[in-house]
Amino acid sequence: MKPESAGRLDHGGHGGESRARRSLVSVCSETRRALRGHALLAAIGLVAATVAIRAQASRIISIVPATTEMLFAIGAGDRVIAVGTYDRFPPEVDRLPRLGALLDPNVERIIAMRPDLVVLYGTQDTLRAQLERASIPYYAYTHRGLSDVADTMRSLGRRVGVAARANEAAQRLEQQIASVRAKVAGRAKPKALLVFGREPRSLRGIDASGGVGFLHDMLEAAGAVNALADVTRQAVQMSTEMVLARAPDVIIELRYTGGDETSQADVKAWDALPAVPAVRNKRVFLLQGEEFVVPGPRVGHAVERLSRTIHPDAWR
Amino acid sequence: MAAPADVRRRTIVTVAGFGAFAAAACLIAPLVGSLPISLARALDRSIPFADNVDAQVFFVARLPRVLAAALVGSSLAVAGVVFQALLRNPLAAPETLGVSMGATLGAMIAITFHVDVTLFGIPAVPLACFTGSAGALGIVYAISAARRRGTSTTVLLLAGVALSALLGAMVRFIQVIADIADTFRSVRWLMGSLDVASYAPIVAALVPTAASFMMIATLPRVLDLISIGSEAAASRGVDVPRAERVALVSASLSTGAAVSLAGPVGFVGIIVPHIVRLIVGANHRVVLPAAALFGAAFLVICDLVGRTAFGRVEMPVGMITALLGGPFFLWLLFRKRL
Repeated sequence: MKPESAGRLDHGGHGGESRARRSLVSVCSETRRALRGHALLAAIGLVAATVAIRAQASRIISIVPATTEMLFAIGAGDRVIAVGTYDRFPPEVDRLPRLGALLDPNVERIIAMRPDLVVLYGTQDTLRAQLERASIPYYAYTHRGLSDVADTMRSLGRRVGVAARANEAAQRLEQQIASVRAKVAGRAKPKALLVFGREPRSLRGIDASGGVGFLHDMLEAAGAVNALADVTRQAVQMSTEMVLARAPDVIIELRYTGGDETSQADVKAWDALPAVPAVRNKRVFLLQGEEFVVPGPRVGHAVERLSRTIHPDAWR
Repeated sequence: MAAPADVRRRTIVTVAGFGAFAAAACLIAPLVGSLPISLARALDRSIPFADNVDAQVFFVARLPRVLAAALVGSSLAVAGVVFQALLRNPLAAPETLGVSMGATLGAMIAITFHVDVTLFGIPAVPLACFTGSAGALGIVYAISAARRRGTSTTVLLLAGVALSALLGAMVRFIQVIADIADTFRSVRWLMGSLDVASYAPIVAALVPTAASFMMIATLPRVLDLISIGSEAAASRGVDVPRAERVALVSASLSTGAAVSLAGPVGFVGIIVPHIVRLIVGANHRVVLPAAALFGAAFLVICDLVGRTAFGRVEMPVGMITALLGGPFFLWLLFRKRL
């Protein structure tokens, strides 16, 4: 499944978009010719060109944090008119209306804002059906691996009509990740456990990244071997025995609800398992930041932070 | 009604049999797991604890888990027996009167609003949980105490169902307003887990459970009479309202302690009492200790299966209880041709 627009009444998937571009090109060449000749034809051409641009997307609602960040990163931020409940970046989104999220999209308000593109989760079947009935085009986003982030940025860029800038942003991201890979290439890869959830002050309810998904990809790109690489699931519920059995060299805890000072001290909870190499060698770290939970354009930064934590020597 | 001497003999035989079963489960379970360990090495004092993987697997990962499973299984099974007798309803369970939902609400509040309080080394979530269950118990108790002649079981049941629904609505409200990361944590808590990783929460849960079991130990004869009917009990000189209140408070206390320790673990509290009654009969002097021991063994075994039978990953114990207990209960029903 490609994260592409798939609406029945979609005004521009790939086919529609390239058609629009062709018509824009032909309109432009016509305009040029007309400028040599008839002023009237030129005027018609300009109107047609404007219509063609409008057919891209100028009133976008994105209820997915990752795609909201992407839209701003690819230069379409000024076309975003509303976002989702959990969208926090860039700061510009704070002044935009919030219309629900994965589980509770406010379809009435979404339709009332008269968007010409709604970016939603691919699993939101009900919302998709409702938008189809309202003849509102949508772009269905699917959350997958790290390499898909740049691809999604490109595809989103083509869809909203900023293909060139989207391509630049996607390339920047790919280069950022490639440079991190280059930095740690040839170094011994420690076995790392990426923990994204745990009960505070105890070792209960540990959730860690399994061997698939963007967290796993980020860990590998940062120069580590995932301690759970052989478990083909995105999230693995871990018991203390599993932590002892996997014996990671590094434990990295991710938190995105920052702010509370207790978190840094909270990594002490791991001291209950001193036989784990990461604990014995004091290599349990806590990283805070939304870039670890939002698979958007900031993942390059996230990979770099992970890499600096896993291979501090390489970055000195 | 059997003769006292006969009941005493059956109690001894049952306690010995079920006790041996529970002891075997509790002794074998810490030795089995995903990581093979040597008990001799785990108990070897000459190796520093920090370097002794076997000791850490045994003392940090497995022993607390087995003890928690035994305590929770025992509490829920006994609470189930008491609630089923008290409400004269075979479908009654520790969840029926809203105590469990009160505990859940407490946990949701602590998780969502990042309550950061620690008391005697017990973190905020179990603390809030126990507070929530006590609050729910207070409400149910007030309803039962308001009627001096003893509460009709129908009123108590309805009150419990209504309270559960009300608390459940509040739980959902909190989940809706919660941040997405907290929602994930709360869903994780709702699955239940016995991997407590330390002894402090077990000791903390042991206190109310012990108090509850002591109260319940005074109840077998009363429960026998109440489960026939409160008039019958009153005619035999039982102070029915008082007995009902003791039963209600004690069973709720052990439920609250169990849910605070492990989260909601389903099935044990409703089906284990029936399994036990199918095996040993209906006399509460036999049923109560048998349920305590069988509940403990049952949850220890379920957790053992959950953490070892699925290869690289573990399964929530609440799923295993129904998966293993369901067919066993159906088989018992079939065999007894009820």
